[in-house]
Amino acid sequence: MRILLFLALACLASGQVLAQEQSKVDFNRDVRPILSDKCYACHGPDGGQRKSDWRLDQPLPADSEIIVPGDPGDSLLVQRILTDDKLDVMPPAGHRKKLSETEKQTLVKWIEQGANWKGHWAFEKVQAKQHLPHNENVVDHWITKRLDELALSPAPTADRRTLIRRAYFDLIGLPPTPEQVKRFVEDSDDGAFQKVVDELLASRHFGERMAVYWLDLVRYADTVGYHGDQDISVSPYRDYVIEAFNKNMPFDQFTREQLAGDLLEKPTQQQLIASGYNRLGMMSAEGGVQPKEYLAKYAAERVRTTSTVWLGMTLGCAECHDHKFDPFTIEDFYSFASFFADIKERGLYSGANQTGDWGPMIEVAEEGQDARLKPFDETLASLRKSLNAKTPEIRQAQELWESKIADASTNWTAVSPKGFSSYSGVTHRVRKDHSILISGKQELEDTYLLSFELPPGTTTRGIRIEALPDKSLPRKGPGRAGNGNFVITELILSKGDQTDQLETLKKVHDLWPEEMAAKRVDLKNASADFEQASTPEGNPYGKWAAESAIDRDVKGSTWGWAINGQNGKPHELVVQLEQPLASDETPIVTLTMQQYHGTNHELGCFRISFSESEFATVDWSKRVPAEVLAVIQKTKADRTEVETQTLDTYYRNVAPELESVRAEISKQEKSREAVRVAHTRKSPITVRTEPREMRVLARGNWMDTSGEVVEPKVPMMFRQIEKQGRADRLDLANWILDNDNPLTARVYVNRVWKLFFGAGLSKVLDDLGSQGELPSHPELLESLASQFVESGWDTKALIRMLVLSKVYQQSSAPREELAIKDPFNRLVARQSRFRLDAEFVRDNALKVSGLLVEKVGGRSTKPYQPEGLYRHLNFPKRKYKSDQGDDQYRRGLYTHWQRQFLHPAMKTFDAPSREECTCERPRSNTPLGALVMLNDPSFVEAARGFATSMLEVAGLDDDRSRIQWLVEQALSRKANEREVEVLASLLDSHRKQFASDEQSAKELLSIGLSKAPVEISVVELAAWTSVARTIMNLHEFIVRN
Amino acid sequence: MTPNQIRQWQLLNSRRTFLRRGAAGLGTFALGSMLNRQLFADESQEQRWAGVAQPPVIPPRIKRVIHLYMAGGPSHLETLDYKPELEKSHGKPMPKSYTEGEQIAQLQGQAANLKCFGPQHAFNKFGKSGQQISSILPNIGSIADDICIVRSMHTDQINHDPAHTLMNTGTPITGRPSMGSWMLYGLGCDTDELPGYVVLSSVGGGQSQPIASRQWHSGFLPSRFQGVEFRSKGDPVLYVKNPMGVDFRRQRETIDAIQQMNQIGNEVFEDPELNTRISQYELAFKMQMSVPKLTDLSDEPKHILDMYGTQGGDGSFASNCLLARRLAERGVRFIQLYHRGWDHHGGIKDGIKYTASLVDQASAALVKDLKQRGMLDDTLVVWGGEFGRTPMAQGSGRDHHIKGFSMWMAGGGVKPGFSYGQTDELGYAAVENKVHVHDFHATMLHLFGIDHEKLTYRFQGRDFRLTDVHGQVVNDILT
Repeated sequence: MRILLFLALACLASGQVLAQEQSKVDFNRDVRPILSDKCYACHGPDGGQRKSDWRLDQPLPADSEIIVPGDPGDSLLVQRILTDDKLDVMPPAGHRKKLSETEKQTLVKWIEQGANWKGHWAFEKVQAKQHLPHNENVVDHWITKRLDELALSPAPTADRRTLIRRAYFDLIGLPPTPEQVKRFVEDSDDGAFQKVVDELLASRHFGERMAVYWLDLVRYADTVGYHGDQDISVSPYRDYVIEAFNKNMPFDQFTREQLAGDLLEKPTQQQLIASGYNRLGMMSAEGGVQPKEYLAKYAAERVRTTSTVWLGMTLGCAECHDHKFDPFTIEDFYSFASFFADIKERGLYSGANQTGDWGPMIEVAEEGQDARLKPFDETLASLRKSLNAKTPEIRQAQELWESKIADASTNWTAVSPKGFSSYSGVTHRVRKDHSILISGKQELEDTYLLSFELPPGTTTRGIRIEALPDKSLPRKGPGRAGNGNFVITELILSKGDQTDQLETLKKVHDLWPEEMAAKRVDLKNASADFEQASTPEGNPYGKWAAESAIDRDVKGSTWGWAINGQNGKPHELVVQLEQPLASDETPIVTLTMQQYHGTNHELGCFRISFSESEFATVDWSKRVPAEVLAVIQKTKADRTEVETQTLDTYYRNVAPELESVRAEISKQEKSREAVRVAHTRKSPITVRTEPREMRVLARGNWMDTSGEVVEPKVPMMFRQIEKQGRADRLDLANWILDNDNPLTARVYVNRVWKLFFGAGLSKVLDDLGSQGELPSHPELLESLASQFVESGWDTKALIRMLVLSKVYQQSSAPREELAIKDPFNRLVARQSRFRLDAEFVRDNALKVSGLLVEKVGGRSTKPYQPEGLYRHLNFPKRKYKSDQGDDQYRRGLYTHWQRQFLHPAMKTFDAPSREECTCERPRSNTPLGALVMLNDPSFVEAARGFATSMLEVAGLDDDRSRIQWLVEQALSRKANEREVEVLASLLDSHRKQFASDEQSAKELLSIGLSKAPVEISVVELAAWTSVARTIMNLHEFIVRN
Repeated sequence: MTPNQIRQWQLLNSRRTFLRRGAAGLGTFALGSMLNRQLFADESQEQRWAGVAQPPVIPPRIKRVIHLYMAGGPSHLETLDYKPELEKSHGKPMPKSYTEGEQIAQLQGQAANLKCFGPQHAFNKFGKSGQQISSILPNIGSIADDICIVRSMHTDQINHDPAHTLMNTGTPITGRPSMGSWMLYGLGCDTDELPGYVVLSSVGGGQSQPIASRQWHSGFLPSRFQGVEFRSKGDPVLYVKNPMGVDFRRQRETIDAIQQMNQIGNEVFEDPELNTRISQYELAFKMQMSVPKLTDLSDEPKHILDMYGTQGGDGSFASNCLLARRLAERGVRFIQLYHRGWDHHGGIKDGIKYTASLVDQASAALVKDLKQRGMLDDTLVVWGGEFGRTPMAQGSGRDHHIKGFSMWMAGGGVKPGFSYGQTDELGYAAVENKVHVHDFHATMLHLFGIDHEKLTYRFQGRDFRLTDVHGQVVNDILT
């Protein structure tokens, strides 16, 4: 079936015309496609599948019997394809592919005519441009030449309204205003069109238009694609692309910066952002991912993308075996992958769904960030000044503080517990140094009870709990939670041994019987050497404070002392007793530790000590840095000026008197940081690291480590990179851009051509290999390619030449003679018509409605989207929040690109998911597209906006002129009588309906964020919205003609 | 090339020939009068895609597939594959001979210390056929004599996302068409009021792993072949509802005006694509009219609702099963019901029982209902996930597993009351009559009358197929 279809294609396509009119067989045009499609699977480049030594993808030796030039009868090939013998016939009897009669004849004729063999066109060096007389436009020259040969005439120039619409859509993706149309229509200057084109090329919207094309190729998206499809910030890369096209960055530089921006000398921020190209592929944070498997996936994806983007080759097909049609081996595939083996990355981005850590990123300040930060910087400067101000009060306080630290620290006596019990029945072990190590059972929450004999003959005034690290604990503890943390929710001291009172003491104080409450000893002045700094919601301390462990409040899981951030280190909590306890009166006490965080946050190793000191406190001398302590221990006279300065500065950072200043500084710094982060975007960059070992993976199997180790190399069929040592990505970029590289320029100009004519000169944009298509105008493609390189890879010059050609300016009106001879318009005897790309469908509606916000660049935006579209996403679950301000009205290319669930208005009009490199979008025409245009709130709101703009224009008084205004805005032309009729009758009908159903009118006008102006009658605006909606749903509205 | 093939091909490229236009072009259409609906009906009739594989080369056994997609990787060891030997080995080390050098997912850190984990639920023999089915699936047990259980499935991808992609498209590489899209491309469908490939989804019972829309995407096939998701909340089909304040009369009048304007425009504009646009607007309107009727279950009698165990409209798996039958009745070719909730890494005993309870009754009801309506003969119902689960413990659950898992099928052309294939005695690897995902695809296409090697589409210079370069029809399970 497929063969039949393909044949039909071959007949109907441009080849037909020539095949009929020229009897000379051209190898590349006529013969190679047959050999490639029908023979190469077994007689082609794939060594693994080759069934004999007969290779038909290379010239045969002169003495070969297979093909005897000029003598089909003697050629074995002819015998084998013409025979009826089922054992001999080629392709073999059981083979899926057969040769048609025409194909057999072509092969015979080719041998008859001397079996002239040529290299595949795209692999031959680009021919230098032929000089054309009188600076004739090369497009006009070659297109007209071919038409002349076929006795066809080009189409007349399109009318000016059509032409300016075409140029606007093609060059900036937006429609012209009626004023712009009028100016052009009335400009009698010869260079009128050139003026328009130059204006558009200079427009900042040009880059936006070109980015739509480039971003598909480089699979740009705002999410990672695999599994949870989490968000990743990439928009600075998109803006880099827009900017590169706007400033007409030479394509060679554009290429180098993306493939190897990080390897350039002193790379700029923009170059690093560009290097993010290498990191735009999909990534996974799915638990259970085998990292090596995913590294292999990422590597293969880079080969597919890079070889398609710059070389137009399907090198990706050689991942499991040699290429079937083009001369690429499986070694070529993995050698090419090796260029990217130096990219710092992970197979599994474990936890990235929570941390957002998707590998190396760069921070990019948004425009105007400095101005936003300035007020903070000023406030902070003045606060720091007062922090450092020298006052007598501060000096006095500092002296006192110094003396406290200089004094010996509190004397502590560590005691082993006498009794121990716990809610969950943990195992406790008391060690020689009196420390207690917990192991065994574990519940989500727990309460430990410990009884102690107070050191005899003492009066206890303070208790210290040392939380100690131990290697048996997660991340060395001191807690038992997975991260080594713990939370002491409440610490209780009671008289007597209460370790059998677990049921009572695990409860909140309020629930205790009176006799137990009476035994409670009040605690005060809790201090800890470190308090976890995060500010959990609902926690009034703003931190995991020591104080909250003695506040008689077990408000729940966020209320207690914790130390995350300094896990694996010793910490201490000291509390003082409201009333001292003499050991002869109260020989035994019980310490209760309620630990109610709820996620295994229990202490794993700790020690309890008692002190008689009235000022029992955390041993600050341990907390003072050694160099500061050293200064304190010197007399004032002995201190140097620098030492004094060090000490003063340190003190100002801990002084209780300055707490409010420091708090204010910290608050200001936080606010400043919040503003900075809000106005900073991240972008992935390439960071070079030690290259990973790259092996040939037989059959693409990542578990097979028996394959040969390969180094970076371009496919063997091409001229190799000459370099001592390992070639890198910059070498690859330079090779891609080398004058000898036959592909890069051809691939690029072919794709650019497609943007302006609707189809490539070689139609298969992603494959210039032997299964691709010989260009319809080979000389033209050559000329464009060579001229492009000569111009210094000047994209705007290339586009200017295409657009200013007469061929571009032709009318697209169909002609009967072409319908038969050239139904697919491959001869370009007229312009093409096609529906706008998804992004421009949106842009056009917003622009015409007057709602479009024409800001260039910035964060990705979220237009309205039906609720629940992301309900299949998880890790984390997602809820789409559409933008509430100006960002609701931005161009389509800024739409948040969710790979797994692309915005329906984008997807319905064929924008790709960008999971893989995409060279060409289909152009579908489906009922779902109609539903978007009719019912998507963005389009309904645009229609209302459009109607509103019209009703606000002064001097438009009657329905007819209003209809004319709308049509002219939307279609750049006047409506004819019958069109006015249709719209007027719709208007009348809906006016009546809405007049009798004002509620419906109000509802219609309520769609969207923007508000309908109150001065305009609801009924009137609703009826006109229907008219506007009709116009915005017209085929002509979304088609570039 | 037959005229039908030529036309199909032209339609595929969304282009109408100029030759046709000459005679019957819309330019001669009487304008200013009310729209001629009949003409548009004819237009859309002609626009309906009849498929490149029509008429089929093999006698087709089925007209449609309902795929009950148990997403997340249901444990075969608690559902369809009874392993007494595993029960005996519970708690013992898993023999290294099974696991060495094999892929492993979340158990990567514990590869040296793998323990056998016995089946967590008892199995019973059901029906005359005596097929062994888990006691947590009693209703599926009750249709044991109607279903064919394949216990020797295997796949290549051990993580959800790529495993789904392989199950749906025949390759883990993204961007290829899903099986439903291939069916539509090959066969077209019997409706033009509804999409030919519909996806429904429900959730519950286990970790709800994400599902990407690429699972029902048309990949490089034209987008008209993509699956359309019917949602249980909001508009069943995106934007199928009129905007607020626009009733059906106003919508119809607006569309009429659009159509008339398009026709007038075409007199100067002359674009063949425009005729397609006109018919697509008609189709859109038809869809707007028919989708609400489809999803309104109020015309279903109580005993049917009870049979499925749903009142409908709640987005449950049961409700979706009933919708699936209604879609099948209306000519939809490929219907996929995802139930996300089978990823039982921990607590599998209770977890899988709960998930099973959410799908058991309705799965069986669907088969019974199709049968009583005479539709089971030309429908293939498929029940299964993207992979299975390890016989080894992952705490109190099981990890992802690719070497052996089970699924069942019922309906046209498949042997009822039949078991096929086996895993080894611990349920680790398929060892007898192995069936790869590619083989499943080949078999399904075969039932549709399509040779899986012949249904191809050229992309990037290569003729792609659903089965890539693999796939064998599993003739042994066919009647």
